[in-house]
Amino acid sequence: MTEIENTYSASGEVAQVRARRTFAQRLWIGLRSAPLTAWFGMIVIAAYLFVALFAPWIAPYGEAQVFPQPFAPWGGDFLFGTDQLGRDVLTRLIYGARNTVGIAVATTFLSFLIGGGLGLIAAINRTWLDQVLSRFVDVLMAIPSLIFALMLLSIFGSTVTNLIIIIAVLDATRVFRLTRAVAMNVVVMDYVEAARLRGEGLGWVMRREILPNILPPLVAEFGLRFCFVFLTIAALSFLGVGIQPPTADWGSMVRENASLIQFAPYDLKAGLTPLLPAAAIALLTVAVNFVVDWFLHKTSGLRDEH
Amino acid sequence: MNTDGSGTNGTRGEVLLEMRDVRIDGYSDERWHEIVKGVDLVLRRGEVMGLIGESGAGKSTLGLAAMGFARPGCRLTSGTIVFDGIDLMAAPESQKRRLRGTRIAYVAQSAAASFNPAHKLIDQTIESSIRNSLRPAEEARSDARTLYRDMQLPDPDHIGDRYPHQVSGGQLQRAMTAMAMTSRPDLIIFDEPTTALDVTTQVNVLAAIRDVVDRFNTAAIYITHDLAVVAQMADVIKVLRYGETVEDADTREMLSAPKHPYTKSLWAVRSIEKPAAESDDIILKIDHVDAAYGTIKVLDDVSIAVPRGKTVAVVGESGSGKSTTARVITGLLPAVSGQVLFNGEALPKALKGRSTDQLRRIQMIYQSADTAMNPRHTVRDIIGRPLEYYLGLRGRACDDRVVELLKMIELDESFIDRLPGELSGGQKQRICIARALAADPELIICDEVTSALDQIVQEGILKLLLRLQKEFDITYIFITHDIATVKAISDEIVVMHQGRVVEQGVKDDILQPPHPAYTELLLSSVPEMDPDWLTNLLQSRGDTSPVGGDQ
Repeated sequence: MTEIENTYSASGEVAQVRARRTFAQRLWIGLRSAPLTAWFGMIVIAAYLFVALFAPWIAPYGEAQVFPQPFAPWGGDFLFGTDQLGRDVLTRLIYGARNTVGIAVATTFLSFLIGGGLGLIAAINRTWLDQVLSRFVDVLMAIPSLIFALMLLSIFGSTVTNLIIIIAVLDATRVFRLTRAVAMNVVVMDYVEAARLRGEGLGWVMRREILPNILPPLVAEFGLRFCFVFLTIAALSFLGVGIQPPTADWGSMVRENASLIQFAPYDLKAGLTPLLPAAAIALLTVAVNFVVDWFLHKTSGLRDEH
Repeated sequence: MNTDGSGTNGTRGEVLLEMRDVRIDGYSDERWHEIVKGVDLVLRRGEVMGLIGESGAGKSTLGLAAMGFARPGCRLTSGTIVFDGIDLMAAPESQKRRLRGTRIAYVAQSAAASFNPAHKLIDQTIESSIRNSLRPAEEARSDARTLYRDMQLPDPDHIGDRYPHQVSGGQLQRAMTAMAMTSRPDLIIFDEPTTALDVTTQVNVLAAIRDVVDRFNTAAIYITHDLAVVAQMADVIKVLRYGETVEDADTREMLSAPKHPYTKSLWAVRSIEKPAAESDDIILKIDHVDAAYGTIKVLDDVSIAVPRGKTVAVVGESGSGKSTTARVITGLLPAVSGQVLFNGEALPKALKGRSTDQLRRIQMIYQSADTAMNPRHTVRDIIGRPLEYYLGLRGRACDDRVVELLKMIELDESFIDRLPGELSGGQKQRICIARALAADPELIICDEVTSALDQIVQEGILKLLLRLQKEFDITYIFITHDIATVKAISDEIVVMHQGRVVEQGVKDDILQPPHPAYTELLLSSVPEMDPDWLTNLLQSRGDTSPVGGDQ
């Protein structure tokens, strides 16, 4: 066994005695061995984030700026032409990244907060509370979520806040189940019992004892959930109850320009216009999945390749 | 009695397995380390070789290498492994796969983890015979039943129709040995087959294994860290340390005259002696306690008195209610009736009703330090938390106290930022002791704290506990099934069986005959370092009847 050289005084700089690699070193080692697909995913996600954050500086025109010529062809002043009202498609694609991705991220976070929190409580509690929560989740999951979301949105109105809350609650059911299942394996550990014997409260047990140990599957699920939320928002927008005009988003862009697709035999580029936002959705979904796949493989502890 | 199969395994004495200069690498921390460093091993037909050493000595890795197999994360780098004329290093994977399960079999440590819970025992027992088309299914089944009978399993004709969870751990381990025997292999590798079992169960399993191995003239490699067990089973013993051979010798020769200092130190381990002391100052009194899980009663009118500053050992096999007693004391399982008096006053039954100070005074150390420490917390978090929680220490003061505690458990401050995964088994258990100590307790409940450790490490931990007791006047309740440990450290002994206290009193009184029947069974089942112990024991018990409450 190798002992670590110790040149520190007892009360002095104990914090600097580190046997372990730092987070940056581990990250670098991890990244070096990442497969091409994961790199592709990470680069695409980074590009989307960049575009979303700096949309006002990148976009050539304003988000809702209307030009006199609707359905303008590609090229010239408008790289991808204009839409049915005469708004620049490229500009709206760029702002769409900001709106669609932003709302999807917020929704996923909220659903993890609700589902993860309740899932942990249910796993620790294991009494009637667990039963009530789990059965309630079963009921919610029994209703097709898209139809349920459509219904709730028509009742409460299609504001961005409502959209986020409704999708988050519906999605939290899946997160709840996953969290409860993985937390259950950790709750039975002696260290959780030791914490309870010490007299620790629910908050400590949840945050400090259990959460760090179930983080890897939750992070992976976060990636997947994000994709689904993203697709749900796009679908709802396509159906007209999602993000409302004039806010640019990819789902409604597909719907608004869908009719252009029939012009494809005459002008291929015009036909492609509604496919651009669809492609933007698809690319991000694929990229996130690549990264999640790699992360899952890393954390599953499979070491067959050696 | 089955007689077929004997004599099919060639002549006794001929070399069956020959391993020369075997080197095996393991992968960790992003690079390869040599974990077996050039070991030679020669095994003859019908011979049982005991492979002993501490954990991490490379015993299991070497055992698997005898099948030409390396676990994921390990690789065979050099050397030769010749099994009955077949070079396993050069043989293609398909050929090796045909050997495994037919001519070489493996019995794993945890039978419970190795059986598929979704299939009946008998289907799993005969699986390798069927897959390798050794014989038709019906013949294999009837042979399996014969083997179950040979292994002294109860109801051998029907036990195979049960699922793994429907039989006990000891029965499962015997079923697994039957599974290994089903193809009448030339070589069986036993990897700690009885480590997880109670002493009373262990006797049965050992006797059954020895019997069938002898009858079918099977060669075996028996891996264990329990010297007394290996003394019963092996013809020759090989001692491994840090992946190298320390000593090779005949069992009797090695027991009587070990040559290497390390081997001598292994033999000298059980040397702690503590004169029993009596005291009338009772710190904890368990008064007529009944406890139940749901409707199943697990404690029946248990009364135990624990004197201050002394060690009370609670012994018994699994299911005897030892750990449940601890759960009642700590409040995890509120008693149905009766009460627990601490320093003369009744403790609230449930954990929630107890004050922080009451919680602080009673601390607990667990059997498995691996699961008792959060793998994501550093040593600083683990020891520092009770300091912060109970004593309000923070920042520098807290760190200082952590370092002090580390010194008390004979570790230095360089450990403060380590994660549990970066500690050895003994170090982990020491950190758990420090965590209990941090609360400045009056009573510590030790639940099998040494049973998962190697003997040398065990001794270190026990010495540490005794020293701490002397320094801080701590009272221990020591739950264990290991009588050697009990002899070493206890002042008083409580013997439990099926939720009742069978006997309790001062150590010397309990250990002196005459004993109640159960105490007698328990004490006589503890393996001794005498190669004839098992033979003599079975004779004295009458070797036809299965012993113990292994149901």
